[in-house]
Amino acid sequence: MKNSLLAGLALSGTLLTPVTASAATEIEFWHAFTGRLGELVTAQVDEFNASQSDYVVVESHKGNYSETLNAGIAAFRASEQPHILMVFEVGTATMMSAKGAIKPVHEVMAESGADFDPSAYIGSVKGYYTTTDGEMLSLPFNSSTPVLWVNRDAMSAAGVDPDTDMSTWEQVSDVLDALKAGGEECPLVTAWQSWIHLENFSAYHDVPFATKDNGFAGLDTELSLNGPAQVAHLTAMGEWAKDGKFIYTGRRNEGGANFRAGECALFTESSAGYAGISSEADFEFEVRPLPYWKAVTEEPQNTIIGGASLWVLEGHEAEEYKGVGEFLSFLSTSNVQASWHQNTGYLPITLEAGALTKSQGFYDKNPGTDIAVIQMTAKQPTPNSKGLRLGSFDQIRGIIDEELEAIWSGDKTAQEAMDSAKERGDTLLRRFESANK
Amino acid sequence: MDKRVTFRGWILPLLLIAPQVLISAVFFFYPATQAIWQSLFIPDPFGLSAQFVGFGNFEFLLGDKFYRASFLTTAVFSILVTLCSMVPALFLAVLADRLIKGSGVYRTLLIWPYAVAPAVAGVLWLFMFNTRVGVVSWYLGQLGYDWNHVLNGGEAMGLVVVASAWGRISYNFLFFFAALQSVPRSVIEAAAIDGARFWRRFFTIVLPLLSPTTFFLLVVNIVYAFFETFGVIHTITAGGPQQTTTILVYKVFSDGFVGQDLGSSSAQSVILLIVVGLLTVVQFKYIEKRVHY
Repeated sequence: MKNSLLAGLALSGTLLTPVTASAATEIEFWHAFTGRLGELVTAQVDEFNASQSDYVVVESHKGNYSETLNAGIAAFRASEQPHILMVFEVGTATMMSAKGAIKPVHEVMAESGADFDPSAYIGSVKGYYTTTDGEMLSLPFNSSTPVLWVNRDAMSAAGVDPDTDMSTWEQVSDVLDALKAGGEECPLVTAWQSWIHLENFSAYHDVPFATKDNGFAGLDTELSLNGPAQVAHLTAMGEWAKDGKFIYTGRRNEGGANFRAGECALFTESSAGYAGISSEADFEFEVRPLPYWKAVTEEPQNTIIGGASLWVLEGHEAEEYKGVGEFLSFLSTSNVQASWHQNTGYLPITLEAGALTKSQGFYDKNPGTDIAVIQMTAKQPTPNSKGLRLGSFDQIRGIIDEELEAIWSGDKTAQEAMDSAKERGDTLLRRFESANK
Repeated sequence: MDKRVTFRGWILPLLLIAPQVLISAVFFFYPATQAIWQSLFIPDPFGLSAQFVGFGNFEFLLGDKFYRASFLTTAVFSILVTLCSMVPALFLAVLADRLIKGSGVYRTLLIWPYAVAPAVAGVLWLFMFNTRVGVVSWYLGQLGYDWNHVLNGGEAMGLVVVASAWGRISYNFLFFFAALQSVPRSVIEAAAIDGARFWRRFFTIVLPLLSPTTFFLLVVNIVYAFFETFGVIHTITAGGPQQTTTILVYKVFSDGFVGQDLGSSSAQSVILLIVVGLLTVVQFKYIEKRVHY
């Protein structure tokens, strides 16, 4: 009863959405951004709409990343799909296997005749969304990578020098001891635990997260996240959790609220946390590169991206695809990209946008904002650090989250938890393989 | 004994049941058949192709120990929700029934929580018990208890049960209250004259007379716990930690709509259909026999 009432309200809400009446061709764009990011997307769309009169891009927010992907899939099944759908990196394998539902971006660009030069995009970002033959399937939109956020005031308050070197986890471990001893109640907190402490951890230490080049080389991939390097890291984290040095707040970015409120000293979070932290934090903060274990590697590899890309869906008119091409090429222009990068902390997706940001003096004025870019691009990616391409990955992340929670609560050892995550995840990978034969 | 009124023709009765049949056909038979059909395939998310696997999805599910554990979780959850929503409701109804003045005010206040949608109720409780900023968890912390439903399965279960039962107390209260009003005063007075005290009268006279209502509420509440608590679980725990609050319905959702595994999701709805069918048979065959109308 109440549910149907809510559904009714939601429906009338959609019906009442103002429809722009004009001769211009409409292009639907579904995304997952709210708050500050939502405003920035709206601004981009408005700018594009104002810049020409042939096309009108209509943006709509469809919930969080998972919900947006589901909305897109459900819409496709009902033949009501938008032209452009934002899909987070986790859904990449799902989209890539959906031949017949997606229209590769390189094709859209070629047909529309819009300016498009794949080599303009940053390799480690592009690589995630490109076929093994080098054809770009979706347009990178917002890409970020994890970094270490430091609350300098909290460090000082606990009697720890805020300038202490924290490049390695060994050093961080000592800092956590000192913070705890200094009375800090929340020494370390994290967002997106699987993404940062397993997926990026593996790439950063150049160990495989899954076989077959992390899934890039075939659907018959298996998880290998139960390797010694990962287990050692999670064992250490588990001990920190037990001693109250690592505080677990939830599976997504719940910890961000604690960090922004000044309650926590260290925070592993995406570089895109910048938008929120810079506007809310009333303490002195700093960005540091993600730490690595000196015991595992002398020098870290590169980290991988998180975030989303824009997929073009099949089933629309050629004229509309022309508009899609125009819009996508507008989004890739240096000015749009540079301001997006500077406002959000997401990586600039083109080399030129990075250079422009630098020449504008942004990095000098905001020290640390280039750390993410350097961390991603300093080294040539190896097969272990190109990214991940695993089917059913949203669900596998759920499994990993559960197993990690078992470590934090002390129910399982890191080895037991990761062995179980591998076993359960592999079953899903086999199902995905048979669904996409 | 049996008094029956029969229709003379066929057309009128058919017309009369047509709306119900139509609604069942559209909202139940059609989707149920679809679910059974789809449970035999592993389709890709976009519905572009499907692999026929026979009973493969069922084998996959029943071989999954987390799925089997989900049955137990569902049973524990449903029983707790039913108890936690019916017992306090009955207690409050008995108290409200004894009131001479102002029962209207109490009644109205007690009914309010029912107006809160499950998902909203979930968010309310989540805020109170939020591990870092929640009011209740803060007080518990002051008492020396470290509340953390994000990691502790028992606490997570407790929280979703309370959040699900809370709004239902109002609903159950209404029914119990109405039923109490219809218990004949003369019977109670006679018992009182015989010297039976309040609780004795309650257990020997009132409770048996309430049995049709109690039975009805039992069925309705179990169905509620099975199917309508989705919003609460989604907002509070999303089935975690370690699937300790993943009830069967939530798993249908998370596999189908998060995991895009429609084959497994359909197979689960078929299993759920069977479970609920069996449950209904048990309820009506065995429990109803003990109900006095």
